[in-house]
Amino acid sequence: MAIAEQHNSTQAAQASSDNSWHGIVLQTLKRNEISLIPYVPDRVLTPLIKNLHADPFFTTFATAREEEAVGIVSGAWMGGRRGAVLMQTSGFATLANVLASLAVPYQIPLIMFVSERGTLGEFNYGQSLVCRTMRPVLDSLALEHHTITRLDELEFIADRSIKQAVTTQAPVALILNPLLTGGKVFDK
Amino acid sequence: MNTSNTKVMNRFDVTSRLIAKLKHEEAVIGGIGNTNFDLWAAGHRPQNFYMLGSMGLAFPIALGVALAQPDRRVFALEGDGSLLMQLGALSTIATLKPKNLIMIVMDNGIYQITGAQPTPAAHVADLVAIAAGSGLANSAWAADEEDFERLVDEAMSASEPSLIAVRIDDKPGVGTTRRDPVQIRERFMHGLGVREPL
Repeated sequence: MAIAEQHNSTQAAQASSDNSWHGIVLQTLKRNEISLIPYVPDRVLTPLIKNLHADPFFTTFATAREEEAVGIVSGAWMGGRRGAVLMQTSGFATLANVLASLAVPYQIPLIMFVSERGTLGEFNYGQSLVCRTMRPVLDSLALEHHTITRLDELEFIADRSIKQAVTTQAPVALILNPLLTGGKVFDK
Repeated sequence: MNTSNTKVMNRFDVTSRLIAKLKHEEAVIGGIGNTNFDLWAAGHRPQNFYMLGSMGLAFPIALGVALAQPDRRVFALEGDGSLLMQLGALSTIATLKPKNLIMIVMDNGIYQITGAQPTPAAHVADLVAIAAGSGLANSAWAADEEDFERLVDEAMSASEPSLIAVRIDDKPGVGTTRRDPVQIRERFMHGLGVREPL
């Protein structure tokens, strides 16, 4: 069981300012004035989502599909407000069309956090297969992406990647690897 | 469909009537294909955004603009086939309740641009009932052009998001949007006051 999953909601709220992976992500979003956070949930992302909901700086809400969330943050960017989308690997797999027809050609700094399923202990064969489509799709569009495995590198990679996305007007995918988050392991 | 009393209108005519009413730099998001072709043909405005893909995302993009600029009215023009691809977005909008968002659905029951094939909803589904069932209580069919204009006027001062559905004919779009995505996005941002030109 991932360390992150052992927090109850109170502990998770307290963790927002500490050195947990999700605390660092929240603070990095805030420091970069990213306040609009649509997401399709994922078990591993739960403490981050809880803490984002608890913090009035953020407008955090679920969408029915990941591409809907991409549309929302794209519109918000054009209106002068920064956002980021949270999703799971399988959600990223639904995005090829919107990446290739909206985010990339319109030069929108789409910031994506992808909780990585399908590797390092995956128990669902479908998840492991869909995971293998993610990096080829990112590479086929020459999109910037980083797989974050270490807590001590998280803030640097996330902060620099967000700033690069904004200044170069290009999407970025930050893939949160199980080595960072603990991932999701087989449970009943 | 419970639209037996609604007149079949024309997309370009209805779009032109909408644009003529906009006096406060309202944003308008044009969905893929004919919807934005007729928005373009109605006369380019700096506050217009034209989609060149990402079918179904006119409402989500407009929602993002509406959340970023709560003091500006934001319109989204979407086709029935496009809306069918992203019905979940109606519930997202109903949950967030942006009062400055006005959704307009152009419903001809066909994928006009690909050869007029009927949509799966044609003859069986009522998009206004779907919107209302998704939580958008302020959803209505426009009975005719005058009724459309009245519904737009109401939506302009509404305290919740509005959805107006229009039965339209099978005519293609009148114009063709210049397919220059970077320029479309940049000019839209200028029109919204987010950026100044170089």
